[in-house]
Formats: sequence, C-alpha cells, structure tokens
Amino acid sequence: METTAFQKIYTKITQITKATCSLQASGIGYEELATVNGRLAQVVKINGDIVTLQIFSGTEGIPTNAEVIFMGHPPSLKVGEELAGRFFNAYGQPIDGGPEVEGEEREIGGPSVNPVRRKQPSELIATGIAGIDLNNTLVTGQKIPFFADPDQPFNQVMAMVALRAKADKIILGGMGLTNDDYLYYKNVFDNAGALDRIISFVNTTENPPVERLLVPDMALTAAEYFAYDKKETVLVLLTDMTLYADALSIVSNRMDQIPSKDSMPGSLYSDLAKIYEKAVQFPEGGSITIIAVTTLSSGDITHAIPDNTGYITEGQLFLRRDSDIGKVIVDPFRSLSRLKQLVIGKQTRKDHPQVMNAAVRLYADASNAKTKLENGFDLTDYDVRTMNFAREYSNDLLAIDVNIDTTMMLDKAWELFGKHFSKAEVGIKQEFVDLYWPR
Amino acid sequence: MEKNKLTTGKVAGIIANLVIVDVDGPVSQNEICFINLSGVRLMAEVIKVLGKKAYTQVFESTRGLKVGESVEFMGHMLEVTLGPGILSRNFDGLQNDLDKMEGTFLRRGEYTAPINVDQEWEFTPLAKTGDVVKAGDWLGEVKENWIGHKIMVPFKFDGKYTVKNVKTGGTYKASEPVAVLTDKDGREVNVSMIQKWPVKVPIKAYADKPRPYRLMETGVRIIDTMNPIVEGGTGFVPGPFGSGKTVLQHALSKQAEADLIIVAACGERANEVVEIFTEFPELDDPRTGRKLMERTTIIANTSNMPVAAREASVYTAMTIGEYYRSMGLKVLLLADSTSRWAQALREMSNRMEELPGPDAFPMDLPAIISSFYARAGYVYLNNGSTGSITFIGTVSPAGGNLKEPVTESTKKAARCFFALSQQRADSKRYPAVDPIDSYSKYLEYPELQEYLSENISPDWLGSVLEAKNLLLRGKEAYEQINILGDDGVPIDYHLRYWKSEVIDFVILQQDAFDKIDASTPIERQKEMLGKVLDVCRTDFDFDSFEEVNPYFKRVINVFKQMNYSLYQSGDFKKYESELDAIINERKAA
Ligand SMILES: Nc1ncnc2c1ncn2[C@@H]1O[C@H](COP(=O)(O)OP(=O)(O)O)[C@@H](O)[C@H]1O
Ligand SMILES: [Mg+2]
Repeated sequence: METTAFQKIYTKITQITKATCSLQASGIGYEELATVNGRLAQVVKINGDIVTLQIFSGTEGIPTNAEVIFMGHPPSLKVGEELAGRFFNAYGQPIDGGPEVEGEEREIGGPSVNPVRRKQPSELIATGIAGIDLNNTLVTGQKIPFFADPDQPFNQVMAMVALRAKADKIILGGMGLTNDDYLYYKNVFDNAGALDRIISFVNTTENPPVERLLVPDMALTAAEYFAYDKKETVLVLLTDMTLYADALSIVSNRMDQIPSKDSMPGSLYSDLAKIYEKAVQFPEGGSITIIAVTTLSSGDITHAIPDNTGYITEGQLFLRRDSDIGKVIVDPFRSLSRLKQLVIGKQTRKDHPQVMNAAVRLYADASNAKTKLENGFDLTDYDVRTMNFAREYSNDLLAIDVNIDTTMMLDKAWELFGKHFSKAEVGIKQEFVDLYWPR
Repeated sequence: MEKNKLTTGKVAGIIANLVIVDVDGPVSQNEICFINLSGVRLMAEVIKVLGKKAYTQVFESTRGLKVGESVEFMGHMLEVTLGPGILSRNFDGLQNDLDKMEGTFLRRGEYTAPINVDQEWEFTPLAKTGDVVKAGDWLGEVKENWIGHKIMVPFKFDGKYTVKNVKTGGTYKASEPVAVLTDKDGREVNVSMIQKWPVKVPIKAYADKPRPYRLMETGVRIIDTMNPIVEGGTGFVPGPFGSGKTVLQHALSKQAEADLIIVAACGERANEVVEIFTEFPELDDPRTGRKLMERTTIIANTSNMPVAAREASVYTAMTIGEYYRSMGLKVLLLADSTSRWAQALREMSNRMEELPGPDAFPMDLPAIISSFYARAGYVYLNNGSTGSITFIGTVSPAGGNLKEPVTESTKKAARCFFALSQQRADSKRYPAVDPIDSYSKYLEYPELQEYLSENISPDWLGSVLEAKNLLLRGKEAYEQINILGDDGVPIDYHLRYWKSEVIDFVILQQDAFDKIDASTPIERQKEMLGKVLDVCRTDFDFDSFEEVNPYFKRVINVFKQMNYSLYQSGDFKKYESELDAIINERKAA
C-alpha cells in the first residue's frame, strides 16, 4: 500500500474518539479507505468538509498530526486462480510468506444477485452425519450456521463437513479464531490433501477485533470469483460470527449509536443478511454455500445474535451434548434445514420426509416421558419404550460420529421403529409402512 | 410545483444511506430526488427538512458518494405506475421490473420500466359519451391474463368529469389515449391505460367500506375452521424463526380463494422468492385451471437489497392491491415480514438521531402500522360492485417474545391473530398456529356468523366453538396429568386430553408438503370436523388409563390416513369404515 501521485495526504486531525478520527478533507468518497499513520481506516461519515474515519486497529496512540492518506477506493481484493491454497489476513494480505496475489482488483461487499437470476438450490450435500443428512439435509447454495456453546467441537464438525462436501473450493473466514484452532484447520486440510482447494482469510484473537469486520466480505468476494466467474462449487466457512457481531457492537458503541436489544446495533439484521445472502446457486452451475458458526452463551438462542441469524439463515444446526449417551448430537428439536424439502424424498428415498418427522415426534414423546420421570411419576409402558427408542436413536443416528449414507439412515430408523413401536404409534403413511416395516 | 422550476441541490453530508442535501428551492416531505454519483443516478426520498437542508434516505448503496455532487428533485412523491401488464411480474420494492434488469448482479441506479407502454391490448369500452364520471369509474376493459382489467378515470382526477368520447372496441397501445373527458370548466383531458399514484397515499376511489363478512377460503384448516379470515379482512402471523410463517404464507398464496395475489417479500430470504418464481409458473390454480403465476405479482425486496426500499416495498404492494380492488376484484396481499420494514424505519430513525421509542423503534411506529392495515378492506365501488384487499402480514419478534413493539402494535391493527408457537414447531405440529392463543375477531361478527350459517351449515359456528372448548379442556386436563401423574387423575382426564389430541392431529395439523393434505376445501373441512366431534362426543369404556393412549393413537392414525387420501376415494372410505370399527370397540354401552 505505497503512496501514489494521486493520493491526498492530510496531517491535521481535529477529533479523536476510541474508534474514529475526524479531519477536514475534500473530494473523499463514502466508504473510501485511508491509512492513518499506516493503520488502515475507512470513511464512515462525511459532514460538509469533515470526514470521519474508523480506524480498524483502534486509535490508541494516534496523534493529531498523524499522516492521513486517502486511497481513493473502498476495501478491495485482487482475485484470480492464484488465490487457491493461500492464507491471508483480514485485509487480504498474505500471511503464509508467499507473494502478493496478482489479479483483477474487486471491491469487497459488492452488490447482490438479482433474485430473478438465481436458481433454486437443488443439489444435496451429503455429509454422512445422520443428524444432518437425515433430519436437516443440506443443499448447495444454502446458508446455515452451527449454534453451539463455545466448548462444543464445532470446528471439528465443520472441518469434517467441509471435507466431505466435495466442494471445488473451501474458503475459510476466521474471525477471532484462536491460533490453535487456526492451526487445527490448516492441519486437517493439509492431512486430507486439500490445501490447494483452500483459501483462508483469518483474524485471530491476537489481531484487533474490529479488523474482523472485513473478513466475511473478503471471503465472499473470493467466493464470488470462483462461483460466478469460474462456475465452481464453493463452500465458505465463517467462524465465529458471534465474534463478528461483537465487533459490530464495539464500533457502533464507540460511535455513540443507540443500541437495540443486547447492546447490538439496530442494523444487525441487515448487516448479517448482507453477508449470508451471498449464498447462491447460479443457473450456470457455480454456487456459494455458507456454513457458519454462531457461538451461544449458555445455549441462549434468544440473544440478538443467534436470533437475528436464525431469521436470516436457511436453518441452523444445534449441537448439544446428550448426557444419556455421552456424545455430542445434532439436536433434532432446535435444528432445521429449510431447504431440505427441495431434496428429501426426491433425491433421497420417498419415505425420507415421513420417517424423519415420525422419529422426531417419538423423540419428543421421550423427552416428555423424561420430564415425567424427573418429576417423580411412574412411567407407562409407552413412556419406557419411547425412552429406549430415544437412547438408540440418539446413539445410532443423531451423534456426530455417525458416518453412513442416507438409505442406511432410513433403514436404521425403520429398524428402531419396528423394535420399539406398533405401526399405529409410528403413524406413517400406509404405503411406506407396507414397504419398509421390518418383518 | 411547475416542471421548469424543479429544485436542485448539492450533497452536504453522508452517513450510510442517509444523505443530507443543501437545496436551492422548495422541497416537500417524501419528495423523490436523484443524487448524482459519477454519472449514476441514485434514487432517494426526502424524510426530513431542516431549513435549507433536506435529509434524504437513498434507496441504494452510497459507497463512493462525495460531498458536492448534484441532486435533482422531482416534484412528486414515490409513485407507482398502474396499468395492464402488472400481473405476473416480478418487481423490486420500487416497482422496477427485475426481469428487465441486465446482468446477474443488481446495479445501482438501474431503474427499469414497470409496464411496457408499447404493449397492445384488446380494449372494450364500458362508458359512453355523456356519462358523468369520477376517479376510479370504469371507462373500458382489457383482458389481462384472465382478469377483466378495468381502465379507470385516473385516481388523481378531482371532482366530476363528463365523458366526451371513448374509443370503440379494438387494439390500442397502453400509452394511447382511450378516452377523452371534460372537466367542470370544459377543459378536455386524455385518459390512457396508464396512470401513476403516490404509494403512501391510500386510494379512496370507492363509495363505502362496510365491515367485511364473507369467508375467504384458504384450504388451511386451522384458519378456515378455527380462526377464519374474511374477504377484506386483516390478519397477522407472529412467530419465532423456523416456526412456519413463510410456509404458511406460501400455502395461502397457492390456495386462497382470491382473484389475485400480491406477495411482498420484504427483507427476507432471496431463495424464498426464488421458490415462488420457480414453482408458481408450474403449479395449477385449481379454480381457473391456469398457472398460479398468472394471478400472482411479486414485490421482492429481499434482506440483502437496499434497506430503505424495504419500507417502500410494502406500500408499493398495497397500492397495486388498491388499484386492482378498484376493478371489483378480490385481492390477497401478503407481506413477509413486516418486522423488517419496521426495522428499516428504526435504522433510519437512529441515523437521524431521533428520540427513540421502545426497543429503539420510532415513536410513531404504532400509528404507521395501523394506518397501513387500515388500507385493506372490503369496499363498494361507485358502480355498486364490490372489491377487497385481504391483508396478512408476518411479524418476526426478537427472541420470539411477543411483548415487543411490532407485535403489540400489529395486534391492535389486525383482526386475526395466528400466533405460531415454538413448542408446536419443535414437536413438528405444523402449521404451528397456537390453538389457544390465536383468534379471529371475525368469528364474533354477526355478519360472518350469518354467512357461515347459510353457506356451511346452521350448526357450524356451534361446532367450531365446541372444538375450541374441547381443546382448552384438553389442555387443562394435560396440565393436571402433569402435576398429579397419570394415575393421580381419573381416567376421564386422559380421555379429555386424548380427545383434544384428536382435534389437534386431525384438524389443526396439516402437512403443507403433502399434495392432498396441503389444501382442504371447506366441504371436506366440514365433514372432518363433524367426524372428529362425533368421536369427541362419544362415551368410551376403559378399565385403566394405560389403555387410553394406544387406543387413541390408532384413532388418530386412521384419521390421518384419511387426511392423506383423496376425498371420497376408495381409500378414504376404507379408512372411514376402519375408524367406525375402532370406535365401536370401545363405545360405552
Ligand atoms: N405446514 C408445515 N408442514 C410441514 N413443515 C412445515 C410446515 N410449516 C413449516 N414447516 C417446516 O418449518 C420450516 C420453517 O418454516 P418457515 O415458514 O420458513 O419459518 P419462518 O418463516 O417462521 O422462519 C420449513 O422449512 C419446514 O421444514
Ligand atoms: Mg420466514
């Protein structure tokens, strides 16, 4: 980022806050980038000839005579095939010791796809995990987060899903990722021989939090290049979006904006939607699928971050430790894939939707029975059977260590139905019962 | 304002999509202006004026905009273009035709014509020379898809006019004059098939707006049977994410007994609109045999599209609805989600540093919501025909908590409350409409009661109320069982609970993705409610509570198989007699 002849240099800052500085300047475009004593900053407000800059790494130690250089363009990324296999920081600068990427320079956070130019997602993504494939089937072009408490193995599950998903490119957007987790991803991809398909933009816990705000747009600009220009299937992993939202609230708080629920900015919904809606299936074949992580604090999904996320994404995968079997499962109650009905029973066996629903309903009965037991009441024969069913269902199908194909999942479910229930108790359409009820 | 004296201005400040403009002349509130950004014209709306400064909300991204850029004011508010050719189109929130836009990605400043002015239409006159007419009166008609699209005296025309002449039947371009009217001063005015109207002003070209009373069939049992909506009625669907708001709205848009459907996708997912684009052109409208898309118009302002246009989108949709209502049609308007529109208002109000109301929403939110809902309704037109706009909006309450400003304000404005419950959604009891909390105020209207009695049966209302009561008693019994234990209550409690479960599983729950179950005509709803109530009214003999659950599971299972079977088919009848047999097993002597 060296100076060129056209750049304007200023040295008189008139106001400094925790996140921003203001100065007199003219001819500046909104959202333009600048450097303030070498630190990257972006125009967030213009009032007459007073321009306010948000400094990503914070204003600590910035003097009023700092050198401010305007760069004449908003944040951008050079895109090209060379991105593949490379690791970058939040600004899109290499951190792997390799050379700068040569390619076409594109503004990040660009315009959205015209809805009439989208194609309805229709390609099933098989992960082998029954908690996903059976109950919450994923589709290319979908956007879906894991909702998980910070101590759950979401990074492991996400890496596993990414590698099984058969994507042409996997783009990792790491926000507030610990260095250990960052190295974990690198290792897993390396061991799988997938490094040449990976592109990574990472802000670790060692970097200033506000820098994270650039990560999703960087990752998605690269994704659009591969999915739209190169017609590839691209999987984008964003972890952890809660830390991204926290950075948003830091900024809005420092800029004295009126917070709405949970100290989040009133624009949280739109801010998150702009990112997630980049997931798309193009008619020409390319697609962007976004799998994200939203960490919860003690399972609270009514907090503004998971709440707004849930309203935007096409479902969520809720990870929970099942103490009965001592494993992490994909919780069938709170989890949902909104796009599953586009593929289940169509690209999978016809009985899939009914089997899925029946199993979850019986699992719900088991949880009622459990409550009864906890409240000290006697269980009926049916209660006992549902609880036995639930334990096996959880262990053989919901646990994240399951890795089988969908037909086997369905067969397994029928097996459990037959073992624990009568046909009427399962309540599935007769044609399927005739075909699949275990004899 | 005269055309040659339009106000201009210069950009003085930019905070996201709030742009402050120094103006050189008069501007009005809600006036539209165009801001120049290196040759691209960005559309914006005036939302506040302070001295010589106009605060405008830009309907596009302001990235790269600079202070000093020129601004042109247009002298009018945000308007839609009304005329034949609106049906089946996909518009954005500002009525740009999305299909006419170039490229895969939306480009700033690209505005496309909503209506093809050169398209030719087969015109039939309805008025004749000498007729005295006023705004909204029908001058002629063209066939748009299967709808008789009325060419009306433009809504902007004030007072009485005399028809000088109307073109004879024939083919004319939409932009050609088809009638000449004379005003009270003898001045002649041309009327073409196209007119414009500002979206934030209700169209009031009707004689009277009585209370609505005709049932609007939707095929959704929990609505039609339990909480009916009427033609010209209002309703809303609040619910946490994933509880089924959009699936319910899509079901209504496919099945409801309306002449045309306007879907405003307001700040929600693009893929949900794509679903309509993709499926509706293939799906049949059972009433006309034509494709569903022929009666559907989409206003899409998805969550990644410019925020300010979200607010405009619901008004655009409502105005188009009012236009078609004036033709004597039954319009169903659906907006998903009105909370996103309220949030757009909040974002802007925060940027303007206005004093915030509850949850940082603008203070006047309740008034904005109620005047919007008030635009729906059943009307008598000047010529005695009737038309209606039925409006159903979804609400997305933060954290699923209904005690929040948008839900509370909407509750005051809408007459039907279809509350979606997280618990029901979690246990896959779809549609997850809460049977106890939800209501239809129309059920209390004597007008509707009379209509139901005449059109369904005299004891219909009684049956519905009986079912509601059984649900409530079932819930109470269930709570008692949970407190006292299965064997701590009389068997009768179990029976009461399981009878309410029969109503729940057979009437309330409905699989939106099953070809047959998805839509139930009122005739079939009547029969099923009758059958379910017969079971509920039956006295059963059980020796122990342990027998109750498995027995009713069988009852429910057979009922469900009926729901999945074609009405009155062999299968249906087979299950029906199976049901009778099961009931007789346990019927008390
Ligand atoms: N009537 C229904 N029948 C079957 N499944 C349903 C029904 N309603 C909702 N669902 C399920 O719930 C999911 C979420 O529904 P949706 O309408 O998108 O929720 P919301 O709009 O409230 O967020 C759907 O993808 C579908 O799987
Ligand atoms: Mg929805």
